[in-house]
Amino acid sequence: MSATPSIVSTLSPTQSAGDPIRAKLSEVDESMRNAAILFLASAVLWLMAGTVFALIAAIKMTNPSFLGDHEWLTFGRIRTAHLNAMIYGWGNNAIFAIAPWLMGRLARTRIRHISILYTAGIFWNIGVTIGIFGILRGDMIGVEWLEMPAYITPLIAISYGLIGVWVIIAFRWRQSGHVYVTQWYLLAAFFWLPWLYTVAQIMLVFEPASGVVQSLTNWWFAHNVLGLWLTPAAVGAAYYFIPKVLGRPIHSYYLSVVGFWSLALFYNWAGVHHLIGGPVPAWVISAGTVASVMMVIPVIVTAINHHLTVVGLHNEGWRSPTIRFVVFGAINYTLASLFGSAMALRSVNEVTHFTHFTVGHAHHGVYAFFTMIMFGSIYYMMPRLVKREWPSAFLIQVHWWMCSLGIVLMVFALQVGGWIQGLQLNAIDEDGTVKYTFMEVVRNTVPWLWIRSISGFMIMIGHIAFAINVFWMLLPVSKSSSKSGPTLLTKETAES
Amino acid sequence: MKSLPLLFLGIFATLAFSWVGIILTNHIQMRELLPATPELVDAEGNPIAGPTYPDPNSRRQLFGRNAPDENAYPQQLPGAAKRGKLVYEQMGCLYCHSQQVRREGFGSDFERGWGDRQSVARDYILQERVMLGTMRTGPDLANVGLRYSELWQHQHLYNPQITSPGSTMPPYAFLYEVRRISENRGPHPDAIEIPSAFHPGEGYEVVPTQRARDLVAYLMNLRQDYELPEMKFSE
Repeated sequence: MSATPSIVSTLSPTQSAGDPIRAKLSEVDESMRNAAILFLASAVLWLMAGTVFALIAAIKMTNPSFLGDHEWLTFGRIRTAHLNAMIYGWGNNAIFAIAPWLMGRLARTRIRHISILYTAGIFWNIGVTIGIFGILRGDMIGVEWLEMPAYITPLIAISYGLIGVWVIIAFRWRQSGHVYVTQWYLLAAFFWLPWLYTVAQIMLVFEPASGVVQSLTNWWFAHNVLGLWLTPAAVGAAYYFIPKVLGRPIHSYYLSVVGFWSLALFYNWAGVHHLIGGPVPAWVISAGTVASVMMVIPVIVTAINHHLTVVGLHNEGWRSPTIRFVVFGAINYTLASLFGSAMALRSVNEVTHFTHFTVGHAHHGVYAFFTMIMFGSIYYMMPRLVKREWPSAFLIQVHWWMCSLGIVLMVFALQVGGWIQGLQLNAIDEDGTVKYTFMEVVRNTVPWLWIRSISGFMIMIGHIAFAINVFWMLLPVSKSSSKSGPTLLTKETAES
Repeated sequence: MKSLPLLFLGIFATLAFSWVGIILTNHIQMRELLPATPELVDAEGNPIAGPTYPDPNSRRQLFGRNAPDENAYPQQLPGAAKRGKLVYEQMGCLYCHSQQVRREGFGSDFERGWGDRQSVARDYILQERVMLGTMRTGPDLANVGLRYSELWQHQHLYNPQITSPGSTMPPYAFLYEVRRISENRGPHPDAIEIPSAFHPGEGYEVVPTQRARDLVAYLMNLRQDYELPEMKFSE
């Protein structure tokens, strides 16, 4: 079940195999190890916390009195804790582990001053912990995706700066002449996020803009966290791992240039499609709709590049956990993005807006695409960092099947249920009265929400399997660790 | 694409483009929006139809002025409602309830009685926190203050099943105090009436906390029941 290390460790996406490169890469791995393990371990812990929050929230959607006596666990808070734990806890930690490492490998530069990265990582996680605590406590800000209270903003911003700068530094002092497509994506992502975050914090929290400019800023920010942070990180990772593991160069350099710049140009206008029909200037909505539809270009181009690189190598891909997860993610990038473009059309949006369809779409993007690619990346990265193989192929199988089937079921349930919900909400009889009362529409969503809870339970099982595997690999109880001497966790603290 | 400055410039320019377009231009435009009377007047004080009128001396359109002696809308929330808005924000109500009425014919907002006119940007200019919302797991609340009584709101918050059987809204009973009725002073004047099936029991009463009263004050103030120069009630 393990990846095929013979091909894997010797190939870079752009150059042929060779011992000097392998040595160089292992130097990069070595330089990044402690910080990456910190980020990965935090990411997995946040993933578990976020999953528990998610399941509580999901059950509350069908059984509202479940844990209903506790203010800290009321739906509005636990759902928000789930989102923030997943984005800022899981997603960002995963990117912080993978991106500097990928950048270092591709630039052939060691990540230096690792202790700064490591310390910033600790403070990042302290910040997110206080932030989630603040949300549950009732200090949250009523701005979607930006709910963590203002008192953690400085901590989050500074630690982010100290993490992100290493990606830029590794790129700036790169040793390799060629710049690979993954590097553009990562460089852009690490530049875009602080800008988005700064503008959003100033215009929404510290000096709130007037009226619906807040809503526009909100969706410019929130959609771009997905589009200009999570997406480039995951697309960049897929661009690295697919050719790397399969030992085949990416299909077309030209297409990857087109894909990158069209994403950069169109994605950041798309967010306002969350306000279609709302009290905002019509031209902004039209521009957002156009940009959302134009997103078809980068999506199709990237799809061609990713999928044509895989074509014919499906058996090899299936053998490797990395490729299984990454290709699953890449396929869902294509699907989720095409759905997203369709949902920005006014006629479709009239049905899907305000319904569970959108929730399904959000999970399609952040989970089926982004998170699955992060899983795949971690399956590749961990053995190289800790110099040990994954302890259990069985647990990887459990992880794969539960999460892939779980998320397919979840997206299916939420989108079919949400579509029906939207049709019923809008259905009007000839005499101008509504066909379904609001309560009827609510009741009709309940079975679908039950299916969603079941799918969430499946995903939780997958996450537990994954977490066991990760920590088993890190802890000294692992059998294969005898060769590598002292355990990693103690070594980590000794060096930092 | 080997040049870092060029790559960086492109990365910068793309986001700057949307920031200027979506945020900055609207920010500049919306600063000019102020509370307005339903009908505006021209420089001589004659009523005009709509927000602008043609300048007699040139071909430009001039903005009308607020009619004297009339109320301009929107208006500030009373203090209790402002505090209640914070409760609304802290409970995460926005994740299931929107506060925006879409135009007639787009969705069923009018048919469901959620408003008599479309919500417009001016409705939100005085709000320190705008919560338009993106979900309607529950109904739109832009005009909820016009639909129900205070008692209904309290009962609904205490346990949604009292007023709306089958609702999936969570109960906010923790905003209420269930206590024994004082033998000396008798029932609390603010105690809310609870139907027997949901009643905590003989000799007990349900009293809203300050936060519950503030929240209900906010909900009762959610009302777009005024006309604006740019938006009149539908017939």
